[in-house]
Amino acid sequence: MSTQALIQVMALNRYYGKYHAVNDFNLTLHKGEVLGLLGPNGAGKSTTMQMLTGNISPSSGDIVINGIDLLEEPLMAKRNIGYLPEQPPIYRDMTPLEFLNYCAALHDIPQNIKAKSLENTIQRCGLGDVQNKLIANLSKGYQQRVGIAQAILHQPELVILDEPTVGLDPIQITQIRELIRELGKDHSVILSTHILPEVQAVCDRVQIINQGKTVFADSFEQLAEQSASSLIVSFSDGGDKDDLAKVEGIEKVESIGANQYRLYFKQQPDPSRIFKLAVEQGWVLSELKTDSQTLEQIFMSLIHSDTLIVDDTDANTETDANTIKYIKKGGDGYNKGVDDE
Amino acid sequence: MNKAFTIARSEFKRLFNSPLAWSVLAILQFILALLFLMFIEEYIGVVQALTATMDNPPGVTKIIVSPLYLWAGIIMLAVIPIMTMRVFAEERMNKTLTLLLSSPISSAQIVMGKFFALVLFILLLVLMITCMPLALTLGTNLDWGMVFTSALGLFLLLSSFAAAGLYLSSLSSQPIIAAVSSFGLLLFLVVLYLSGSSQNNSSEVFIYLSHFSHFLPFLDGFFDTSDLLYYLLFIVGFLVLTIRKLDNDRLLG
Repeated sequence: MSTQALIQVMALNRYYGKYHAVNDFNLTLHKGEVLGLLGPNGAGKSTTMQMLTGNISPSSGDIVINGIDLLEEPLMAKRNIGYLPEQPPIYRDMTPLEFLNYCAALHDIPQNIKAKSLENTIQRCGLGDVQNKLIANLSKGYQQRVGIAQAILHQPELVILDEPTVGLDPIQITQIRELIRELGKDHSVILSTHILPEVQAVCDRVQIINQGKTVFADSFEQLAEQSASSLIVSFSDGGDKDDLAKVEGIEKVESIGANQYRLYFKQQPDPSRIFKLAVEQGWVLSELKTDSQTLEQIFMSLIHSDTLIVDDTDANTETDANTIKYIKKGGDGYNKGVDDE
Repeated sequence: MNKAFTIARSEFKRLFNSPLAWSVLAILQFILALLFLMFIEEYIGVVQALTATMDNPPGVTKIIVSPLYLWAGIIMLAVIPIMTMRVFAEERMNKTLTLLLSSPISSAQIVMGKFFALVLFILLLVLMITCMPLALTLGTNLDWGMVFTSALGLFLLLSSFAAAGLYLSSLSSQPIIAAVSSFGLLLFLVVLYLSGSSQNNSSEVFIYLSHFSHFLPFLDGFFDTSDLLYYLLFIVGFLVLTIRKLDNDRLLG
């Protein structure tokens, strides 16, 4: 790789007693990337983040931040990290200004640029109006912002945010997302959340963890490419599987309901051909849509059909096709599950 | 070391952001002042008449000032645990310890910073108590050496309380548990002294282990380096244990 990774995590494991909380976690993040870390409750997201920030030590594995080994030289490596845990670590009996002053001292911000970076951060996080009120008296949203301010004050290369928009109102959520996107321009960000649209809104890449294992890791661009290769068509009258299969560019036709088919294309799907065929044959077309795998579908399928994933990964040896196939098959599993209910 | 002082300054300031430090100082001062008044009245009314005919009578410092510091030490058995309970336990409970743990600061710096803040508070407390004997200079001459060693002894005693409390606070995530266990430990050391010096079952080892046995010579005006060393070892021991505990938390917590 030509550019050096900002953070490189290799084979990270963490046990709590016998409980294997994080299992073989790998991660490489470059400058200016925003990574979304997804997973259900108890998946190991917070544990992973605590390890990345040196709050707890991994049972095994390596964490290299900006070329510095976190486990060997924790003090040097931590200079490059800003961390907002699930609960913002703020002292309720201080004002935001006092608190940030203290953080600046903890992070060795030189006196000559301290005033400027304080002012900058306060303005960036919209804390100007409340900087002299007690943090205890601030609303949850402002407390969260103080937490974020604390994480970005020292201009770290890597900002790690654990569920930063929990408990905020919709306007504040939008503001925080904008802030994260802005941060993504000159810092790298790792973000954990339960809110899937949030990941789609702000992240470049997504990594899904379930029961300590990474079950999905990809960029959104690739996700879009994969998912756009199939179409779903329904006919209220007519429709024939064999005829559909003859259409140019179609690789496979799958019947998924009464007069409903999923069409797999070799390249980009071309709905116009299907439409033309329907007109020629006199079929009544009632639905024609691209079958995009939303992040939510992927997430649900991965989390709900663990057994399917295992089956699939065992069966498939081609690594490339692996991801796509298990997502799709998993997706079916999820749909079935819903139907059953 | 710089960082430790940064933490100490902030911790000390935060102590006074809450009413706790203010009320502790106020109530202590009030109670000790009452005791002080009692000692003076006793001296004027009873002791002075008794000692008037003695060849080499104990001075006013011995009769008024020493018991004042002794009582201060006894009362602080209950007060210091209240001051130390919050240090780590409360931070754990509020999940604010993360701030320090993810900053580029070592565990030793965190512990030293927290300890310095407590020492600063203790220094303030001892100074306020020392104001009382100083008030006596209006009417009499004091044995300055004895006043100084008493104040120093109290300072060392309370610092050792603080170190022990700090460690027990680092073990718990509930301030009350930390306070109760620190109080228990301090009281245990007092009981060691009492049992060691009891009439029929005295034990030099118990007396030596107890922190009060090393405090009493200071009150009599003796400055013994072995007593000083006892307190230093006591303090360093518990601070090291606290640092170890914080480091261990990363591995096991």
